[in-house]
Amino acid sequence: MRWGILIFPGTWSHQDFAHVFQDVLKVDWGYIWHKDTSVAGYDALILPGGFAHGDYLRCGAIARFSPIMDAVVRFAREGGPVMGSCNGFQILCEAGLLPGALLRNSGLQYRCRWVHIRTERTDTPFTAVLRPGQVLRIPISHGEGRYYAPPETLERLRANGQIIFRYSTPDGRLTDEANPNGSLEHIAGVCNEGRNVLGLMPHPERASEALLGSEDGRLLFEGLLEGAKRP
Amino acid sequence: MLEARIHVTLKQSVLDPQGDTVRSALASLGFRDVTDCRIGKFMVLRLDEQDPARARARVDEMCRKLLANPVIEDYVFQVSEVAG
Repeated sequence: MRWGILIFPGTWSHQDFAHVFQDVLKVDWGYIWHKDTSVAGYDALILPGGFAHGDYLRCGAIARFSPIMDAVVRFAREGGPVMGSCNGFQILCEAGLLPGALLRNSGLQYRCRWVHIRTERTDTPFTAVLRPGQVLRIPISHGEGRYYAPPETLERLRANGQIIFRYSTPDGRLTDEANPNGSLEHIAGVCNEGRNVLGLMPHPERASEALLGSEDGRLLFEGLLEGAKRP
Repeated sequence: MLEARIHVTLKQSVLDPQGDTVRSALASLGFRDVTDCRIGKFMVLRLDEQDPARARARVDEMCRKLLANPVIEDYVFQVSEVAG
């Protein structure tokens, strides 16, 4: 399977994903420029972190109108797996592919540190090799990661099992101290109703090698690779 | 020439930590009469359009499609005649 990594002006995590695909997982991948109009030939899409279009107006607000996004929306609506990390999560929310929005961290500070996230659901292509409740250690790096959704949306997310990751302590407890940005209900990652689009604030690509302090992030890519092997 | 002046603010139901911080800074300066502070964005657009009703409809569409995110933000705007 071939992974497509989107690049917008201001994207900065694309090389980290490329390194993981090229050198760690040894799988096929390619870059997709935001002015391209097709994602043909790719089996999964990654929207990496960064500051697409300078995060002008709102994070992800301008990127959503990049020429490539029509093809991304079509790919997602047809069930193709799409993962947005950090700024990529913000773009997917702005594009309406994921519910909710990401706001300024409640502490107002940019947070760049390791966090723990608890796996709430394993029934998405990305979380298929995880155990329910499994805690992953993955870094975050963002100023606008406070997940918000209106009460009726939140209710729907809970009912449909669309909350995929929550910030937690290393042993899986949900405490205010373990929530780095004030996200509602400690939400770190959500999926769409079709379960093929995943957004999360943490950076799995920065935690895919023991050398970097954690290999937990790699499990998200391996989930999809395992799924692709099955008939 | 018509000009639109647009205010975008976080919805009342959305926590505004920046506004809260400014409110407490004001309080520490002695302005304890400030009970709430919300911080938003102010945008001024010049429009190549003569008809105010049509301009208002266009600006409303711009707000819904791009300038505000309806999930988290409210917007208000005025359209007025300005010297070209």
